[in-house]
This record gives sequence, C-alpha cells and structure tokens, in this order.
Amino acid sequence: MGERATSHAVTVEVNGEKVSRIVAARQLLVHFLRDTLGLTGTHIGCDTGNCGACSVIVNGKLVKSCMILAAQTDGATIETVEGLAQDGTLSPLQESFHEHHALQCGYCTPGMLMSATYLLRHNPEPTDEEIRRGIRGNICRCTGYVNIVKAIRAVSRRQATGGHAVTAAAGEEV
Amino acid sequence: MTITSAPVTGEATKTWSGRSMPRKEDGRLVQGQGAFVDDGGMHGQGYAWFVRSPYAHARIVSIDCGPALAMEGVYAVLTGEEAKAMCEAPFFAIAPPPGSLMQEWPLAVGKVRYQGDAVAVVLADTRETARDAAERVVVDYEPLPAVTDGVAAAEPTTPLLYDEAGTNVAWHGVYDYGDVDWALENADHVVKLDRLHFHRFTSSPLECNGAVVNFNRGTGVVDVLSNYQMPMFAAMVVGPTIGVPMNKFNFVTKDIGGAFGIKIGFYPQIAALALLSKKAGRPAKWTEFRTEHMLSAGHGNERTFLDIEVPVMSDGTILGLKARAFDDAGAYLHYEPLGAVIWSQVVPGCYKLKHVRVDYTEVVTNKCPVVPNRGYSRMQHLWLVERIVDVVAHELGLDAVEVRKRNYVQPEDYPYETPNGCIYDSGDLPRSLDLALELAHVDEWRARQRELGTGSGRRIGIGIGSTLDSGTNNFGQSRIINPELPFSGNGEAAFAKLDLFGEINVNLGTTPQGQGHETTAAQVAADILGVTPEDVTVSTGFNQANNSYVGFSGTYASQFAVSGLGAVMGAAQKLRHQIVKLAAFALQAEEEEIELEGGTARVRGDEERAIPFIGLANMVYTNNAGLPASLLSECDLNARYVYVPPFEVPDTVAKTGNLTLTYASQVHVCVIEVDEETGEVKVLEYAAVDDCGKRINPLVVEGQVHGATGLGIAASLYESLDYDESGQLQEPSFYEYHVGTAMDIPDVACGDIESPSPFTPNGAKGMGEGGGAPLHAVCAALQDALGGGGAVVSESHNHWARVYELVHREPGAPRGVEVITRSGGLANDAASL
Repeated sequence: MGERATSHAVTVEVNGEKVSRIVAARQLLVHFLRDTLGLTGTHIGCDTGNCGACSVIVNGKLVKSCMILAAQTDGATIETVEGLAQDGTLSPLQESFHEHHALQCGYCTPGMLMSATYLLRHNPEPTDEEIRRGIRGNICRCTGYVNIVKAIRAVSRRQATGGHAVTAAAGEEV
Repeated sequence: MTITSAPVTGEATKTWSGRSMPRKEDGRLVQGQGAFVDDGGMHGQGYAWFVRSPYAHARIVSIDCGPALAMEGVYAVLTGEEAKAMCEAPFFAIAPPPGSLMQEWPLAVGKVRYQGDAVAVVLADTRETARDAAERVVVDYEPLPAVTDGVAAAEPTTPLLYDEAGTNVAWHGVYDYGDVDWALENADHVVKLDRLHFHRFTSSPLECNGAVVNFNRGTGVVDVLSNYQMPMFAAMVVGPTIGVPMNKFNFVTKDIGGAFGIKIGFYPQIAALALLSKKAGRPAKWTEFRTEHMLSAGHGNERTFLDIEVPVMSDGTILGLKARAFDDAGAYLHYEPLGAVIWSQVVPGCYKLKHVRVDYTEVVTNKCPVVPNRGYSRMQHLWLVERIVDVVAHELGLDAVEVRKRNYVQPEDYPYETPNGCIYDSGDLPRSLDLALELAHVDEWRARQRELGTGSGRRIGIGIGSTLDSGTNNFGQSRIINPELPFSGNGEAAFAKLDLFGEINVNLGTTPQGQGHETTAAQVAADILGVTPEDVTVSTGFNQANNSYVGFSGTYASQFAVSGLGAVMGAAQKLRHQIVKLAAFALQAEEEEIELEGGTARVRGDEERAIPFIGLANMVYTNNAGLPASLLSECDLNARYVYVPPFEVPDTVAKTGNLTLTYASQVHVCVIEVDEETGEVKVLEYAAVDDCGKRINPLVVEGQVHGATGLGIAASLYESLDYDESGQLQEPSFYEYHVGTAMDIPDVACGDIESPSPFTPNGAKGMGEGGGAPLHAVCAALQDALGGGGAVVSESHNHWARVYELVHREPGAPRGVEVITRSGGLANDAASL
C-alpha cells in the first residue's frame, strides 16, 4: 500500500485576500471556509448538495462548497457572501433583498445572494422564469421565493436601465 | 421606505406601527454576519455525534464502546443506560396513564423504537473523529416487528412499543358538542366518507438543530446555546430529569435558521448533551446533519379520519360532522398528546357547524416522534372540515363558493362562540373569499376551463381553502388531556431600558426565526417613547440572564403580535411613565405637560423647557446625589412587563372553554392544471387573503403569508414522509424528500382585510402558521379538476403518481363516498336548526 497524504497545502484568494493553510485531505471547502477561516456566513443546510446554503463562487463558477474538497481549490479565487459589500456599501442585490423583504430567517440568504450574483453576471436581464431557474438549487423555507424573485428582478431592471456594463456571456445556464 | 429614513415630525404622521418597514435584522443577515448556533462555540469543546438505530423496533442486546474509546481524540461515549443512571426521573409526561407509562429518557434504554432512535452519543476532538467513532460503537440489536400503521396500532393484537403501558394508545377521548345523532337523523342528506388521510411531512427548517452545552464543573450551571424555540419548556422538561434547577440553567438563542415548531422537539438531545458534558468535563457541541434531522428531529402529525358522517340540509347548510380520528404520534410523546386537544381550537373550522363529535385516538408507532409543525394539529382538522365542505358541494351538485358562503361564520356573528366555547374574535370570511376569487381571476379561469372541455389531455381545477390561524394559546387546554397538569393561561415578558447615554434597549422573551421581532418590537416601542425604530436596539434572541421570560416564553403558536408585542407595549409604557416622571421633576412641570419627541422630553408649548434622554439617564445612573429617594425608587429606567391574556381554566369534563385568544383567517384560491397523461400538477394561479387584524408591519405579515403558502403547496404536491413496512423512512435526505424549489412554488397574489381583534392590546392577531390553507386549496382544485362523479380526493398529499391514479380511476371502483337522502326530513327548514 502506497503512502497516502492525509493533508495538503492550500493557497487560495478569498474575497481578495490571499490565505495559505494546511488542510485535512477530507475537509470540505465549506468547513474550510467556516471552521478554518471563520467565514461563517456560508451555511450548511443539507449533506447531499441539494439546498445551496453553502453556495460560493470559485474561479467565477457557482459552486456548492459542501460538494468540493478544500484541497481541490488550491490556487483558486473564491468569493463568499462576506465579500459582497464593498467599502461598507451593500451590493445592489443585498440592498434589494433588504428592501423587498426577500429574507426571513436569513439562513439561505448568503447562498441565495451568491447564486443571484452569479445569475446576474451571466444574464443581467433575466425573465422571471430564468430567475427561478437560476435559484432552483437554493432552498428557502421561509419566503416561498416570492420576494426573492422580486428582489432579483428589481436589481436586474435597475442594472438594465442604469446601463451597467456587464461583460460575461449572457444566457448561460446556471 | 427604509429603516434609515429620517425621523418623522408632526403628530399626524408620527406612528411607526402599521407601516411596512424593511427589517432591522437584515443588515447582518445579508452580509453573512448573523450568529447561528453552529457559528459559535466554547473553549475546549468537543464535538458530539449520536449513534442512531438502523432498526425501527429492536431490543438493545449490548453496546460495546471499546473500539470507539480506543480511538485517538475520543473524549467520552455516553450510552442510554449510563445516561439513565445519571438522571433523577424520565422526562415529564403530559399524558395521564397509559400515555405517562410510555417513558422517555435522554437516550434509548433497553429498546429502540424508531429508525434514528439515539442509543449513545460520542464526544471527540473534531467533528470527523466523532463521526468515525460513532461508527465504531458496536450495538447488537434483536429486531422486533415494526408498527407503522396509525390505525392498526390501536388494535389489541398489534405488537406493543411499550410493554409497560399495555397498549399503543397514548390517549383517547371523545369530543361531543351539540347533538350530532339528532342532526344525522333529521338532515335532508347525510354524506358519508370512509376515510380521509392527512399525511406526514415536515417544514424542515433549512438550519438543522444544534446546541453547545456546558455543564460547568465549578458552578453546576448548565449553559445551553442552541436554536431551541421554546427554551423554558426545554428547561422545565430537562431540569427535573437531569437534576438541574431553573436557576442553574442558562438558555441562550441567537439567530435561528427557521424552526416552524420542529425546534420544540430536541430537548432529549439537550439533556443528553448536558450529561455528556458532565461526564467528559468539557462543553459538548452538536450540529445535527440533514439526514439525522429527517430521521429524528420530528415530523408533523399524521392523522387518519374514519367513518365520517355529515348531516346536510338541501339548501347546503351543513349541520355538523362526526368522525373517528387516529393521530400517529410516532415513537415518543415529545409534545404529545397536546395535539389531541389543540385541534379543538377550531372545531367547526370557518363554519357554523353546531353538532360535532370526534372520537379521538392518539397512538404510538415505530416512526419518528411528531412535534409541532406549522399549523400544528389545527391544520389536520381544518383539512378534514375543508374536504367535507368541498365533497358535500360536489356530491350534492352545489356551488363550492356558495356552500362556503352559506356556512361561513358571518361578519355580524362576531364575537362568535363555537360549540366548544371558543370565541372567534372578528373577521369577514365572505369578503375574504370574494377578494381571493378576484385576485385569482377565477371568472377567467372558469371560462378557460369550459373552453378546454374534455379530450385535450389537460384539465383545469379551481379550489378554495378557508382556514383559521388560532393564536395565543390558553395552556389550560392541556388539562382536557390531563386534569392534573399545572398549566393554564399564557404570557410573555419584555424588558425596556433607558441606557446610560439615553439609548433605548429592548429585550424579548421570544426566539424569532425570521418573523422580524426586532423590527416590529422597535416600531411599537418607538411610538410609545417618541423615537424612531432605528433608535431602539432590540437584543437578538433569548437570553435567560435578561430575565425577560415566563414559563411560556418562546416563538410558537402564532402569538408574538399579541403576547410578545403586548409585553413590549407594557414595558415601553412603564419606561415612558418613568421618563415622564423624571422629566417633570427636572423641568419643574406637571407630568401631564410632558411630551416625548425625538429622544427628548419637553414641556408642551414651551420650547425652552426640554431635557434629552441622556440627561434623564445621567440623573439616575451617574449623577443622582440629592435626588428624592422616592423618585429614584420609582424611576430606575429598567422596566419589565409581563403581558397576560385574559383566560379561564377550561371545563375539562365537557371539554369546553376559550382555548385561544385570536383567530386570524386565511382564504386561499388555487388554480391548477392537471396533465392527464403524467398526473403532473402545475399551479397556474394562486391567491391568498389574510385577515390578521391590525398589522404592525404589513411587509412582514405578507412575508409570513408567502412562506406559509410555499410550505403548504410543497407539502400538498411534493413533500411526504413515508415508512415501509419494516419502519424504514423512504425520504431520509433532501435527495428523496423533494423540498419545494423556486421552480415548484408559484407567485402568490396577496390580499388583506383588517378586522381588528377586540381582545388584544393592539387589535392585532397572531399569524404566521396559516392553517395549512394551500393543502386544502390544492385538494379542492384537484377535486374540481376530477369533476362530479370522479374520484374523491382523500389524501392531503397528491404527488403526480397519485393524481394519475385519481384521474384514471377504474370505472365502478369504490369512491369511498355515499350520500343518503332522506325524504320528509325537516322540510328544508335549516333556519330552525
């Protein structure tokens, strides 16, 4: 039997900050973020990859951080909910979730915001159907999704009428 | 409008209550700065992992902890027998015998009674070590036959879960109001239904249960940081079992990621963690994982109704109902058999049924224990009533809208006393229904339905669900279950304080899980104290050290708007009284002349004579020499208030009394499309009209309506917890348990009617649970799609396979419904009844 590595060195950029740690080989990215880095905004709601509470953006792609090992992210750029607000200003989506009462218990909210952020980067003017498709991997038990859809829609329109430059490919399936 | 808007001046626009305001809570939650239970921890803590039974029913032959303890990093293992030896008594039983003989301990002793029953708990240095070690606790089981049918469980030949009880029946009672035999003999028609079945499901909060428990070796204090939603209930149940008095508990909650009643169920885990911590000499942190939650955190009540008989007059007046009910409590009586009385808060549903007899049996089975689940126990009964009303309309060829309107409690009937003495406070059901029909564009859908005709392979169905959300319990109803119980009334506490620099703090006894208590409490306090909601800091969650609690404290049973805000109002008014008194002294004025505005107390009409709150706080806290002792003793600027609703102890023999203070009503209308080829159901349009009296924050109220609607639709079409014959749960994770997603739940058109409650301090009614209206509305829509003479919708859960069966019912197959029409009844004179 060959020698098995039970830990790995990992260097990642999280919300613009470079961090290096030795991680257990079995450690999930979500536990790395929460337990090792103390970024507890990313949540865990299931153990089967269904609920989306742990959604983060890794190298520009939306990822459920309970479905990937921390060791797999070496060299990656990671965005979490803690990085959405810039210089003390909420992102338009965060502001819109607040204004439209798109959160109640707030447990799904970080993952929901990451999915919505990803959606609007790739499809800045989604239809309601596309919004719902974009967050179908994120479970919310409090809102019936009504105000979440409303909040995302409001931002997308604002972006469209406000003429924000959005460069990523539109219409990509989430 | 946002919470950052500038203070409003001018008397006319000065109230904050009643306004839609975005919430104070959101700032932290949208930035990932919330404080949920798994986010916290204690120095030196170990991670706990429960060892759970793979069998539904088995004798525990032996447990070998050796291999687990031999692992590096394992601190301790606690077994059921060891835990019992550390306890002073089993958990307190709500039921009288035989239910009280169905004892429960922190961990299973001698036997396991459901798949997921905890037999031991491991504490280790990491989550992973604990999980690995739990797999090395070797348990030898001797399997026993599983009891999984809630009706068969009551039969004497069925195997017993508790030999010592001699029966699987935990509680039985007959609720008999009016004279249903007379009504059945004299009605023009009797509609009979063989069986209706309300299924088992869970609102499954997205955050699982969790707790960090420390048994302090120095003080004996048990610190419990958890997301438990009814902390003092846990303390009252756990304390006597593990031998800890109330003043040695310190329950704390912070942000809670949803609860829906389910988080009333995990006090056994809290007890086990306390004992584990005591044994290991270090804090025990436990975060439930999803599969564990689905298996063991608690499910909603499953109820089967048999031999239903409904007396109806030919004009559509429904005189009452008669049924046998079998409620399946699962393996342990966690909060049960309270459900066996709580349904009777809504005996006639929204209708003027006068003659009701329900023969109610609650049984234990080898399934996960049930716990309160949004709409707890009333939802099951309301579903029965709504199915009855709907089936009556279909079978007698009457209009479903007209039958409801004819039988509704009418606006002029309030306050309306039900056959069992409950007082419906206010409402306007006919107008709610009209509004819901309009919002759902029912006229247009009826036209579409006719156009579609038959042969298109698609059917449209339109259904109504009318329900009540009874709020603010009279705990005296527990005595109908067990007259010996020392409970009655209700109450909630709040604390309001003027802090050192004149800031305002409010502490609540509640444990909000998204209901926006920090915001609405701030709105209410701001109005009374002459400040803005932004000026009021409301502590997050519950903290026993704050002393703002009573035995009923927590967030459950649709009551915050009444009992929680009633307490906030009382505390703020007490504080205001002190502020005014101090200001009158400081400004040499009469108390009647003092007004509070913008954080300043001033003499009305004299701009020169004013003192800011910081000045008053200074007088009391840091500059009090020379002040009259009488003034200081009255004005410490710390005001605690307990709101107590007006209740009497119910009559436990007649099973009558006022069981809840308020009755919010919901009328939902649902339009569905059924695909005949696949049985798939698509919701085309959905409307919900809620009447919860005066709304403190309409935005928050509407959010609650959306949420209750979403959960109800998901439960009716997608979510069900089913056990096979050996007692294995078929949906133990979110893979199998299809939680409603954004693709499944439609947009909801909301309408509101405000019928203020005459019984509450603010005209508000508790709301949020919602009475399960979507389950009723979806079933009714399905019934409409099936048409007259088609199958009867007899299950609350209708996933595509069942819908397919309903649509493709064998011609001539039994429908489970019968109408007996009697000539020469009471000559259609319903008015005389």
